[in-house]
Amino acid sequence: MLIDVLGGFIQELRTAGIPVSMVETIDAMEALRHTDVGDRQAFKAALGATLVKNVRHYEAFDVAFEVYFALSRTSPAASGAESNSPSGDGATHGGGGEADLEQLLQALARALAADDTGALQMLSRQAVSRLAGMEPGRPVGGTYYLYRTLRQLNVEELLDQLVAQALAGAGEPLSEFDGRLIREEMQQRVDRLRDELEAEIRRRLVADRGAEAVAKTLRKPLIEDTELMHATRADLVQLEHVIQPLTRKLAARLARRRRLRRDGRLDFRRTMRRSLATGGVPIEPQFRAPKPSKPEVFLLCDISGSMATFARFALQFVYAMSNEFSNLRAFAFIDALDDVTDFFDRDTEFAGVLQRISSEAEVVWLDGHSDYGRSLEQFWTRYGQLLTARSTVIITGDARSNYRDPQAEVLEQVRDVAKAVYWLNPEPRSYWNTGDSVMGKYAVSCDEVFEVRNLRQLEKFVESIAQQHHGRVRLRKVG
Amino acid sequence: MHQTPLSTPGEVSDALKSVDYLSDPTISQTVFLAERLGKPVLVEGPAGVGKTELAKALAKVHNRRLIRLQCYEGLDEAKALYEWNYKKQLLRIQADQGADWQDIENNIFGESFLLARPLLEAITATEPVVLLIDEVDRVEVETEALLLEVLSDFQVSIPELGTIQAASEPIVILTSNNTRELSEALKRRCLFLHIGYPTIDREKEIILARVEGITDHLADQVARVVRSVRGHQLRKPPSVSETLDWARTLIELGISEVDAAAVRDTLNVLLKYQTDIETVRASYASPDLDDR
Repeated sequence: MLIDVLGGFIQELRTAGIPVSMVETIDAMEALRHTDVGDRQAFKAALGATLVKNVRHYEAFDVAFEVYFALSRTSPAASGAESNSPSGDGATHGGGGEADLEQLLQALARALAADDTGALQMLSRQAVSRLAGMEPGRPVGGTYYLYRTLRQLNVEELLDQLVAQALAGAGEPLSEFDGRLIREEMQQRVDRLRDELEAEIRRRLVADRGAEAVAKTLRKPLIEDTELMHATRADLVQLEHVIQPLTRKLAARLARRRRLRRDGRLDFRRTMRRSLATGGVPIEPQFRAPKPSKPEVFLLCDISGSMATFARFALQFVYAMSNEFSNLRAFAFIDALDDVTDFFDRDTEFAGVLQRISSEAEVVWLDGHSDYGRSLEQFWTRYGQLLTARSTVIITGDARSNYRDPQAEVLEQVRDVAKAVYWLNPEPRSYWNTGDSVMGKYAVSCDEVFEVRNLRQLEKFVESIAQQHHGRVRLRKVG
Repeated sequence: MHQTPLSTPGEVSDALKSVDYLSDPTISQTVFLAERLGKPVLVEGPAGVGKTELAKALAKVHNRRLIRLQCYEGLDEAKALYEWNYKKQLLRIQADQGADWQDIENNIFGESFLLARPLLEAITATEPVVLLIDEVDRVEVETEALLLEVLSDFQVSIPELGTIQAASEPIVILTSNNTRELSEALKRRCLFLHIGYPTIDREKEIILARVEGITDHLADQVARVVRSVRGHQLRKPPSVSETLDWARTLIELGISEVDAAAVRDTLNVLLKYQTDIETVRASYASPDLDDR
């Protein structure tokens, strides 16, 4: 029985995009043999440790776990309590009268004030059965039911009540600072109530429609698979956290200190010194380490309306990069191009940077529709002389130039001077060169064009320039 | 101390607590399973939440020696696994001039000419050890492969000598700050444990266990303030290690009651970036938070 559920669970993890290998499945089974399956937390920890090897996947794992093992939490004590509420009004259960709701609210406030998890779970059950008004058979994820329950419980008021109680209970008058700490703590408890309610609703949905169907409703793409063009604000916040390591990697790749020492020249002095240990025979020749090249990065971002979400992400990427590179210059453009490097100063938060760019950067010339040709031309005439053989130019945008002259020859000139030109396009490859997209015209002047619709592809870009970078350097040396 | 394996996750928690490491159910369960299944644990999480500390605590609990391999970019076989002591080999050859070459060859590729580096040392130790492979995300992907044989089979292959099997199974802990994605092959061989910031209650216990002479009241306040600080948009939120530093600082300064002013004055212990300090300072500086 457990094996069957586990099979379905692992299938769900895979469908959600988490790579679970055969070995890991066997490990999970093995781990469960040593685990008290009745202990929900231990059970979850055992599955988590064996099946999920990436923090980014925990959220998807949590959701799937809640759905597939929702029912296992129903211990006899808890389900018995449902018809026998703590205030002793079992008889009126289901009536849902005013007085009844009042009692439930009071019981909830007491449970929250005492931080009593057991009571909180029990009361959540009651709250959902009375207030959510769930209708069987509807293929929904439960957000509506949650909203409905929360509204009737009036959580804002509940929070105020809790804070007031805690402040009054403290005896001596508290400073505002302590008051603030208490408020934050109570807020957290109320959030936990929300989680409990959500879990309860999910449990009922699963009982109604089966785990597989509910999991399907709740399934969200993993953060690395989220389409950047259509990311929500919450997605972007999450992306902010994962983008940091990626830029560090990119920095390391571009500056790659080649550890293959043999690429350097013979270090005669060190070779002789080493040979003393072997009686004057130079067994191990020593080489000078090649000097690490200081990379210069020029980033050009299209921040026009059609690209709004992606532009925010791109700027986030720039922001993260600006902390890694000293030699980074960032440019934003719509139908005019402006140097925005100075906005990314270390001491400003990203939100502040964004605001300054949108209010101060001069990126609109005529009508605020993208004009790649004009922007590139401006870049070349104003900043072209800054480019050297060590410069890497990265352009992000959909190459939709509103049927204006693409001036692809300008990009050709840029490439002749720079070390490499990369283009990151957030549109699906099949859309390129359709309508006003002139990707193809620019592609010939780029070292490579990457489709970057999600974080996974951005990661691939970072990986691949490591190799190319390496190859290119070698070529130059030979030539 | 325990020589025998611990029989329940609860015992793991208790044993860790006896050496002042405050575990949580997930940590205990994972450590317990690792010992049961004979698998390494890959511990991930922000800096300063006690990843390395966990390995040290385990060594203490089991009364085992801790062997540590600190990873860094450029770590190679000779530094991680073993190296032939070629100077000694040369001496041996010179000392035996005229001897039969076959004899010498057999001789100089013996174990006495081998310099054991941490991985080999952990494998060949006669009594069981705890092997800590610290910050494994710092080595390159290619170097990761060096670890695989040790991690899955607890053995090391040396071409001239053959395979050396572990005399006793070591407990292996790998830590990573997640600066890059580790290879699938490595992850598959490990149990995964993410340690995040602790809950208020656990953090308070950690403070009480680790900071000498702190009152229950102050520990409680410190834990609550730190949680509040973590709620801000920060580049580097304070970790457990910073919390402990801060608690010690407060004691040094003779502060027994934390108020907004005390927090503002000592923030530089808790936060490492000037921007973060300013963010939090501004947030706690609004006039209504002071009750003068």
